[in-house]
Amino acid sequence: MNKTYLSYNNIVSSIGFDSPTVVQNIRKGVSGITLIEDVNLFPTPFYASVINSNSISEAFEQLGSNDEYTRLEQMMIISLDKTLKESGVKLTDRVGLILSTTKGNIDTLDPKHPMPPERAYLGTLGHIIKNYFGFTTEPVVLSNACVSGVLAISIAKRFIAQGTFDQVFIVGSDIVSSFILSGFNSFQAMSSLPCKPYCKHRSGINIGEVAASVLVSKDQDNLVPEAVEVLGEASCNDANHISGPSRTGEGLYRSIQSAFKEAKVGPEDIDYISAHGTATSFNDEMEAIALNRLDLGRVPLNSLKGYFGHTLGGSGLLETIIGMHSLYHNTLYSSMGFTELGVSQPINVITETTSGNLDYFLKTASGFGGCNTAAVFKKVQS
Amino acid sequence: MKVQQLKIKAYCSIFNNKVMLNDQLLFENQETDFSSFIKLAYKNMDTNYPKFFKMDDLSKLGFLAADILLKPLTTDSERANNIALAFSNSASSLETDRKHQDSIVDKENYFPSPAIFVYTLPNICLGEISIRHKLYSENSFFIFNHFNAGYLYDYATCLINTGKADEVLCGWINRDTDDYEAFLYLVSTEGSITHNKEEIIKLYTTK
Repeated sequence: MNKTYLSYNNIVSSIGFDSPTVVQNIRKGVSGITLIEDVNLFPTPFYASVINSNSISEAFEQLGSNDEYTRLEQMMIISLDKTLKESGVKLTDRVGLILSTTKGNIDTLDPKHPMPPERAYLGTLGHIIKNYFGFTTEPVVLSNACVSGVLAISIAKRFIAQGTFDQVFIVGSDIVSSFILSGFNSFQAMSSLPCKPYCKHRSGINIGEVAASVLVSKDQDNLVPEAVEVLGEASCNDANHISGPSRTGEGLYRSIQSAFKEAKVGPEDIDYISAHGTATSFNDEMEAIALNRLDLGRVPLNSLKGYFGHTLGGSGLLETIIGMHSLYHNTLYSSMGFTELGVSQPINVITETTSGNLDYFLKTASGFGGCNTAAVFKKVQS
Repeated sequence: MKVQQLKIKAYCSIFNNKVMLNDQLLFENQETDFSSFIKLAYKNMDTNYPKFFKMDDLSKLGFLAADILLKPLTTDSERANNIALAFSNSASSLETDRKHQDSIVDKENYFPSPAIFVYTLPNICLGEISIRHKLYSENSFFIFNHFNAGYLYDYATCLINTGKADEVLCGWINRDTDDYEAFLYLVSTEGSITHNKEEIIKLYTTK
């Protein structure tokens, strides 16, 4: 079977518009989460990771487009433009496009939005991105809650294995919107302070926004130094509840087990876990249980939500890209916001950025609908 | 990778106020709107799952179509079924998204509800099906402007041939302003219909 690699990549976020800058800021302990006062987004001040609108406009203007694009489309285009140009890949019928998003242009449903509400159709978003860059294949839009970003990598790998494509570009993004903030607030899931994944003092999530993009390829010749091989991946449902995680972590446990089987690795091979860690009470506890059922409690782990908030459809892709750079730099980045273990099972949360020899990492995600995904990646460069 | 000729074991559609299983009409009522029709269909199918009434329209539609196909496989079954779900549509969860949006548009009359918000994701329907049939399997929800038989064919084939799933329940469930449509088919190693793009399109267009 073909090997599959993750290569060229980009992150557009509140702490930088390219992956190296973002990683450098994480190393320095810079978080993008700030107190936002914007009554158009939420009635009271709230903590979130929001990208400066002027920075988006400036970066987008440099691309020289005269057409009107939404905030989300501009973020996606800025990110994918960099990844695509750097890769030098020609857009033939062997190259696919996957968009990972939960809500797309959901802000256009607001009657005050200058764009028509029809812009909220996710298929339309797919075609806008396709047409901007001139992809010749039909875009695949994946909307599978908070696992979308990791699942998109699995789906790209399968389309390559099946011979549908040789290379796939994935772009993942969601924006901070009144729609999302009001919804998570109605669940009483939002933290009134910067989020603290796995910590005893955690009190919920912060919402964030990014656009992240990556080239998935079977071609070993066109890889960046931080490239990784996708060794195994799996996605399993909890079959338990639509809005709460399984108390036993069943779906996550099965996802990791199945990803390990395909990757032919065991818990002892994993050097680092890039976990989901939303900082809600139930999610973090569920992860600790699932990881311990797999004997992964000692593996260094972080949640990157303390830097970016929960970026929904972008999060899995964003966090996988940071994981690639973590392996490349042989560095474990501190799990922002964590001070004291607040889950019932032992897990090894990274409290200080440290060096170490890293070859394999596990990425996990879980989301509404009871979905979970896991993927194992291996460093390519020796 | 094991490469084998896969089959379509069964298919179901809910469309134009009719419920069809393979080429057999199970239920029809032309007198009602979607909301009443789907409840009548639920009763007629002896579904017996009270949580159905809490679901949004998209989940009701997908749940009922899936239940008709999966019930014979998962009822009284001791063994775990590794049946993956690969669904698609064009309107995502927009019909419910609009309801949530209506609840937040007026700051003086602001009433967002978690019972509505949770259904503003299309994959919630897959979660409902997974709970009902105890499926600890893979779920994915794709959005295309139109039914895309080619991508669904490739995806289901890969899931079975790489051992990720034993069977895949695929299809299209869409709910938009004045419109609804469900067409699901079960890809398996058993069955009488060849699993290929042409057959999928034929079954979809003649539903």
